[in-house]
Amino acid sequence: MMAPAVVLSFLLPLAGTLLLALSAGRLGARTSATIGVASVGLAALATAWAVTLYPGSPENVTLWTWIAVGDFRPTIGLAVDGLALMMMSVITGVGFLIHLFAAWYMKGEAGIARFYAWMNLFVFSMLLLVLGDNLLLLFLGWEGVGLCSYLLIGYYYHNSANGQAAFKAFIVTRIGDVFLALGLFLIFRELGTLDIGEILVRAPQLWQEGSTTANIAALLVLGGALGKSAQVPLHTWLPDAMAGPTPVSALIHAATMVTAGVYLIARLNGLFLLAPDVLLLVGVIGAVSMLLAAFAALAQTDIKRVLAYSTMSQIGYMFLALGVGAFDAAIFHLVTHAFFKALLFLSAGAVIISCHHEQDMARLGGLWRRLPVAYGGFLVGGSALVALPLVTAGFYSKDEILWQAMAAGNNGLLLAGLLGAVLTGIYTVRLILGTFHGEAGSDHSRHPEPGTNLITHHLPLVVLAILSTFIGAWLYPGLDRLFPSAPGEGVEEGHTLLQVLAIGAVVAGLALAGWLFMMRREWLQRQASHGTGRRLWSVWHHAWGFDGLFDRLLVRPWQLMVNLLRHDLVNLAMNLPALIARVLNAGLVRTQNGRMRSYATVMVLGVTVILAVLALAPGGAA
Amino acid sequence: MILVWLILIPFLGGLFCWQAERWGDKAPRWIALATMLFVLVISIVLWWTGDFSLPDGGQSPWLLEWRAPWIPRFGIEIHLALDGLSLILVALTGFLGALAVLCSWHEIAHRVGFFHLNLLWILGGVVGVFLALDLFLFFLFWEMMLVPMYFLIALWGHSGSAGHTRIRAATRFFIYTQASGLLMLVAILTLVFVHYANTGVFSFSYDVLRGTDVPDALAPWLMLGFFIAFAVKLPVVPFHGWLPDAHAQAPTAGSVDLAGILLKTAAYGILRFALPLFPEESQAFAPVAMTLGLVGIIYGAVLACGQQDIKRLIAYTSISHMGFVLIALYSGSELAIQGAVVLMVAHAFSSAGLFILSGQIYERLHTRDMRIMGGLWGRIPILPGFTLCFVAASLGMPATANFVGEFMILFGTFPTAPVVVVIASGGLVLAAIYSLLLMQRVHFGPVHRQGSLPGPDLREYGMMLALVALVLLVGLYPQPLLDTTAAVSGPAAELFTDGKLSTLAGEVD
Repeated sequence: MMAPAVVLSFLLPLAGTLLLALSAGRLGARTSATIGVASVGLAALATAWAVTLYPGSPENVTLWTWIAVGDFRPTIGLAVDGLALMMMSVITGVGFLIHLFAAWYMKGEAGIARFYAWMNLFVFSMLLLVLGDNLLLLFLGWEGVGLCSYLLIGYYYHNSANGQAAFKAFIVTRIGDVFLALGLFLIFRELGTLDIGEILVRAPQLWQEGSTTANIAALLVLGGALGKSAQVPLHTWLPDAMAGPTPVSALIHAATMVTAGVYLIARLNGLFLLAPDVLLLVGVIGAVSMLLAAFAALAQTDIKRVLAYSTMSQIGYMFLALGVGAFDAAIFHLVTHAFFKALLFLSAGAVIISCHHEQDMARLGGLWRRLPVAYGGFLVGGSALVALPLVTAGFYSKDEILWQAMAAGNNGLLLAGLLGAVLTGIYTVRLILGTFHGEAGSDHSRHPEPGTNLITHHLPLVVLAILSTFIGAWLYPGLDRLFPSAPGEGVEEGHTLLQVLAIGAVVAGLALAGWLFMMRREWLQRQASHGTGRRLWSVWHHAWGFDGLFDRLLVRPWQLMVNLLRHDLVNLAMNLPALIARVLNAGLVRTQNGRMRSYATVMVLGVTVILAVLALAPGGAA
Repeated sequence: MILVWLILIPFLGGLFCWQAERWGDKAPRWIALATMLFVLVISIVLWWTGDFSLPDGGQSPWLLEWRAPWIPRFGIEIHLALDGLSLILVALTGFLGALAVLCSWHEIAHRVGFFHLNLLWILGGVVGVFLALDLFLFFLFWEMMLVPMYFLIALWGHSGSAGHTRIRAATRFFIYTQASGLLMLVAILTLVFVHYANTGVFSFSYDVLRGTDVPDALAPWLMLGFFIAFAVKLPVVPFHGWLPDAHAQAPTAGSVDLAGILLKTAAYGILRFALPLFPEESQAFAPVAMTLGLVGIIYGAVLACGQQDIKRLIAYTSISHMGFVLIALYSGSELAIQGAVVLMVAHAFSSAGLFILSGQIYERLHTRDMRIMGGLWGRIPILPGFTLCFVAASLGMPATANFVGEFMILFGTFPTAPVVVVIASGGLVLAAIYSLLLMQRVHFGPVHRQGSLPGPDLREYGMMLALVALVLLVGLYPQPLLDTTAAVSGPAAELFTDGKLSTLAGEVD
């Protein structure tokens, strides 16, 4: 019944891509933008149609068998269930708003057709990622979004730094992807299927809980998730990925692609439940990433980099939820985060364009009166980010995560989560104060040009702002039926205490930030400019030095090897026979010199040698 | 008889082209194009009407067979036969042959007739290799591919930077393949004499020699004779020295044929001759072959990253891709061998696409040095988009044919040799590095010189579109291809009896 709607939802963006790609830039900027936005808008409508047709139970649609050799029969097949529909709604809904905003953001840029072709291709791939009923089709989407991410990060290709960032993003995530691929190989060898439903049925039958195979399979899948979702240690690409246009950061590097890892682990929940140690590792990695990124966010001056670290930190929360077995809470936070982080990025985009591509906080400031819409976006999005109690969407999802961590009895993760909430409050206040209050830092921020377009500028921001409030949290239908029961299900004891703690952490963070940035501003600046404070700033600013470490451990040895082998040493060795032949040739050529005297000498010598041999040999002439 | 025509048409067409030069430069081109399209059409008709299901016991495994005595005294016959695998490869030859003619349309300006004579004779030799079942005839065609290729590189090639002259490249190519061919000849003759000593009958026939009882001490050496001949052509590191020079210095058509078809004759030879003639020896040799495949994957990729000449970069990537094929051929898994067939076809498309594109860039910029390219995305319309498609294929992006091939190989090999697969998968990261480096250096980055360049004309556009369409088609629906070759890959996988590979397996748990 719902098959046509679902198929349409991803065919429309694909059609947009093909149309824009085949036009090869001959369409005008306006037409291209219209095609790009409309295709995703229609995809959102198709998704809405699919949601209304959804019968309440999962439905499979097999389009055709992709490959069939022996037992290896992955299909091009879709599995539509609550989780898939939820993800589709976020991808097409938030995606549409971002596409719409991009029409304002990208106005006047060269290559609009290219931009929208890749954006649409991204939406298409992301939809396949969440719809695929088997891991190979999921992998198709998985790699597809990676390629689009690469292309869009490097969109402003004339600057080779952007190319570097794009390259880094692709390679680092590709390393994760290889782990995922190996996980696929192992799962297929052990379970004989790649179908996700079948895997979840067969794995508990064939694998003992905590068995080595289950652990390795879960670890390999986790490797893939870490790369895409920018968690430690495969996280270094995300901050650099901010080189792309801001709508790209909003769509790919905040709302959708980077949460693919969360989706993957939630989808394969049965696999991870068989490997409790790995599941715990998921939570620990999440907590570590969340704290590392939150500290790093404290020491950034580029507003997009603050948001990038904040994204990594929030995904850390989702991993933390997965780690305690609260899959529904993770998806809940994924959805609300998609709303408020998209809002924050788009508001940042509004600031950046209004201030003529200025995104350094030191050169911004005092904008709140001149850019009221963007300011509003930041305020609403920021409060959702810090999880301001009761009125924001972020509060409900984050509270759920902390509650599940507490109910699971994992106090370490709970404490990390609370500390994270304090830090979130501090960096968010710093971001908003630094951008919108205080003195303007440059002419660009003194005379900004606010966006005025109702449809392409105001509308996406307002809709996302509404979704970032408690309304967004209400809209989330709850997917507990799809997942194994979470630790906090049916338990109420201690929930009130947790809420008090969570609200306390938020208030503490905000109060501390207010005190630090408003009352003790000069003291803070002094501290950060010398001694321990400066070192701390430097460590946080460089996000704990992972980049330098990988540079020394991997990048430079690799470059050294490439340079050493450039001239094909193995081949030089293979040239040895040719060299020997040439040396012999040179030697023998010398004997053929055409001089009677040397010929005679050689002949006499030869005769002497032969006679000597004959004379001395046993049984010789003598 | 149709098999004879498949071989004769390119040879006759070549002679016509040579003579047609007197009517101007256009005539040989059109004749050559028509010839190759004719071969393509015949093979498509054969494919359309053929039945490729696995034959029941006792039935001939060949779809078509043709034999006639040639030198009866030594039991040498003209014995041609065609099955699913040879058909696919013959069709590929026809298609890439037509592309090779099309992409030299403007590039080749002098001695056009003789150029097409050489081009078509190479292709005729290749078709012969894919069809010959008599070992003597096979050897004849194997050597026959070399001479016209030598002329193609030596007469119409480009001379690169210092030390990389086209004559040198041609000579090197010739010596490598000639010397390895000699090894194969010795192996063939020894096999025939062993058979003669056993039965008193001279025969070069594939079917007859397959059952030969070779003394245990001799068999591994004969197997190696065949393997090395094919390893040079595939190429397997360390026998790859001829390839980068030959690819880089050859005219575009030569590179397309080299990468697209000539390398595949080696994989075909291993699958058709080396494995079935010496199954036990091959199985014992499998760990070495797989290791060589791994070395090829990594080494080719590392070297590709260090190149400045765009064609040399693509040439080294071929070494890397063929490493996957080598692993698959010795995996003893039907899935992997089917994957190898898909990857052969996929690599033919993607490398042909990249070589043709670098030829088109050369026609516009007159350089192949990537250091003075950069920012071409804004300067040339459409071509960079096509490059992106082939680069994506080359790095194994899903939905392209290369992905299907590589992943079938890895899925198929994993149960028997997980360690090999783990290392080979590392090659996927390296593939991403060299592919994106190409994209980054040529089309992205700062503009090296201003000014826009002409976009592709209809001929260039058509070639690219056809290749992209095929890459995607095979990537999304490879089943017709797989069904065609299933009857070949299945038995090839069964040549290896179970369990022997476990020395290499290194169980996971």
